Amino acid sequence: MLTADPVSQSAAAQEVLDGILPPGSYYLNGDEAAAEGAIAANARFFAAYPITPATEVAERCAERFPECGGTFIQMEDELAAMNCILGGAWAGAKALTSTSGPGFSLMMENLGLGIMTETPCVVVNVQRAGPSTGLPTAVAQQDMMQARWGSHGDYEIIALAPDSPCECFTLAIRCFNLSEQFRTPVLLMSDEIIGHMTEKVLVPAADEIEIVPRRLTDAPKDEYWPYVPDDDLVPAMANAGTGYRYHVTGLTHDYRGYPALTPEDQHAQVTRLKDKILTNKDKIITYEMVMMDDAEVCLLSYGSASRVARSVVDILRQNGIKAGLLRLITVWPFPEEIVYEVANQVKAIVVPEINMGQIVREVERAAKGCAQVKLVPHAGGDLHDEPTILKAVQEGLR
Amino acid sequence: MKGADIDVLSNEVESEQQDHPMDSILRMDRMPHIWCPGCGLGTVVSCFAAAADECGMDYDRMCVVSGIGCTGRVAGYLQLDGYHTTHGRAIPFATGLHLANPDLKITVVSGDGDLVAIGGNHLIHAARRNLDMVVICVNNFIYGMTGGQVAPTTPEGMKATTSPFGCLERPFNLPYLAASSGATLVARWTTLDVRRMVKTFAKAFQKKGFSFLEIISPCPTLFMRRNKMGDGVNMMRHFKEDRVIEHGADPRDADIDATGKFLVGEFLDIERPTYIDSYRDMVERISIKTAPKAEKKSAESVQSKAKKKAPSGEKDAEKSGEPALAGAGQS
Repeated sequence: MLTADPVSQSAAAQEVLDGILPPGSYYLNGDEAAAEGAIAANARFFAAYPITPATEVAERCAERFPECGGTFIQMEDELAAMNCILGGAWAGAKALTSTSGPGFSLMMENLGLGIMTETPCVVVNVQRAGPSTGLPTAVAQQDMMQARWGSHGDYEIIALAPDSPCECFTLAIRCFNLSEQFRTPVLLMSDEIIGHMTEKVLVPAADEIEIVPRRLTDAPKDEYWPYVPDDDLVPAMANAGTGYRYHVTGLTHDYRGYPALTPEDQHAQVTRLKDKILTNKDKIITYEMVMMDDAEVCLLSYGSASRVARSVVDILRQNGIKAGLLRLITVWPFPEEIVYEVANQVKAIVVPEINMGQIVREVERAAKGCAQVKLVPHAGGDLHDEPTILKAVQEGLR
Repeated sequence: MKGADIDVLSNEVESEQQDHPMDSILRMDRMPHIWCPGCGLGTVVSCFAAAADECGMDYDRMCVVSGIGCTGRVAGYLQLDGYHTTHGRAIPFATGLHLANPDLKITVVSGDGDLVAIGGNHLIHAARRNLDMVVICVNNFIYGMTGGQVAPTTPEGMKATTSPFGCLERPFNLPYLAASSGATLVARWTTLDVRRMVKTFAKAFQKKGFSFLEIISPCPTLFMRRNKMGDGVNMMRHFKEDRVIEHGADPRDADIDATGKFLVGEFLDIERPTYIDSYRDMVERISIKTAPKAEKKSAESVQSKAKKKAPSGEKDAEKSGEPALAGAGQS
C-alpha cells in the first residue's frame, strides 16, 4: 500500500483554488488569521457552532469559504459540528471547525471518533476561562489537559499553540499538514488574547506554502483494506465515492475496518494509534528557544502567556540575570526530551500559564528533578503581570 | 441472509452462493449477522438492497451511515462506503459527507433511540435544512443493543428494563416530527410491507431532498418478551391486522402504540429547495457580484475589510445568558 509523498509539493500548492489571499502583509486578528491559514492550507469544508471568542473564525469562514469554492455550514451544536467535519473529511475535503471551552467539551465525543477512525481534520480552540460558562470573553489556557485527555480512552493527540495572529496563520497550515501526514485530528490551541489581538500577518505566495496532500491509496480496488498501516504506522486513505467501498467504525477494528473485539485486537489498535504519533515525535515537535544558550533560569511558556514571559526574560537580562525562554509551539505530544535537556542546564524552570497548573505537571515529569520547577498560576481573565513572574523567578533562583 | 451457509460441502453450492442476487451489495464475509431471530432488520437490509438494485444505483457512489445500536450495525453489512459512527451522530456525519461531495448518494440507517433520543436535535435540523439524503429509521419501540431500555418511542404503559412498571411518557409520532421539521418525503411501513418498502426506498433514492422513512420492526427478544407479546410472528400478525394503509394521510394522525390500529403509507411527498441547491445559488450570486473586483483585490482592500470587522464579545451573551464584557479581551 503505497502512499503519496507526505512532504511538501509545490504542485499541490498550485491546485489551491481562487480566492486565497494574495501574498503580502495583512492586519488580522488571530481568529481571522486561523481561518485564512486554513484556506491557504486548502481547507474547503467548515462546520461550527457560534461561540465567543471563536466566533470570528466562523464569521470569516462564512464569508470566505463560498468565494474559495468551499462549503460552510453552521451546525445545530458542537456535537454536530465535530461529526460534520469528520464526514466532510471522508468525502475528500480538508475540514475544520472552531470553538471554545464549552463547545470543546461537546466535541470530545467525536474527537475520539476522529482518532479511532483516523480522520484528518483540524479543531481550532480559542480558549476562554472556565469552568462551565466562566468568562466568555476573557483569556485562559485551561483546556490544555482536556486537549490531551478530554475524550475517553487511551490515545495520543497533536496540539499546537500559537503566540500571535501571524502564527495562527502558519500553524493552521501546519495543523492541516500534520493531520494529513498522520491521519488524525489536530488541535490548534489558541486563546482569547491571541484570537482577538490584531497584528500584522504575513501571507506568503501560494507556491511558498508547504501543503501535505492526503495519503490516498493507489491499491487496486479489490485489494484495498482501509487500516493496513504503512511503514510509519499510518494507513493510506480512500475518499468516499471512489469505488473502494470500505467500512469505517468507531468500534475497535482490524485492518479491514471490521469490528474486532478481543483484548488482542484492542491492544494492537491502541498501540498503533499511540505509536504512530510517538514514534514520529521528531517530525511533529517544534519549539522556540530565546537566549537559552547561557541561561541559568528558563521561562517555559506557550500561547499568550509566553508573550509576557518573553518580556520578563528581557527585564531579567537587563538586570544581569541569565534568563531564557523555551516557548512550546507543539504542546502535544509533549517535548519531554527538550525539557529534560533544559532541566540539566538551568537551576530553575519557571512556568507561567493561564491556568492553575496543567503543563507544569508535564514539565515536572520531564525534568526528573534535575531543576526546580515553579508554576506561576493564573485563574484566567487576563495575562500575568510581569512582577508576579519576576518574583517567581527570584524564588526559583534562591 | 444467513441462508445457504448451513451445509456447504460442494463447490456447486458455493458457486450458487456467489450468484446470490444480493452478493454485490452485502459484505458476505461478515455473515452471519448479529441480529436475533424474528428481528426485522434483515428485512430492512434486503429491501434496501432490492431498491438499490431496482434503481440501478451506482454502488461506488452510495454511502451508508449508521449510529449505534442494533440498527447501527447495518452500515457494516452493506458492501458500500459505510460509516458506523457514534451514538446519535449519524446525521451530522452524513451532513459532512453530503455537503463536501454532493455527488454521493447518502442513506442514514439507524434506530429510534439513536435518531430520535440522543440524535433528535440533528434529525430535526437536517429535515429543516432539507439536506439531500435518505434517513431510514427502524423503530422497534426499545433500545435493543443495550438490553431493552425504555425509548422515546416506547408506547405508554409498556415495560422496559428502565420502566419496569410501565412507560410514563408519551412516545414520539415520528412521521409528524419529520414532516413538521421540514422533511420532503415522509413515509412509514412495517417489516411486513416488503414490496411497499422497496418501492418507497427506491422513490427516496431518486428523490432530491430529505426523506424520512420509518420502518416499524419487531424486537421479540427485548420488547415483546418483556411485554408478553409473543414472538416475531405475533408482531407480524399485529401489523397485518392493525396497520391502516393511507397514502397522503395527515402525519398528525400517525400516532402509534404497539397494539392498536396505526397508519402506514407515504404521507408526504413535496418539493422544496435543498440546502446544497440554495448554497450553490448563493455562490453563483456572490461570484457574479465579486467577479469584476477579483483582479483588483489588493492587500489594502482586504486590510480595510479586516479593520471593519472588529471583534466583538457580544455573540456569546445570547448563549450564556450573560452580558458581554464590552471590548474585553481586545488588546
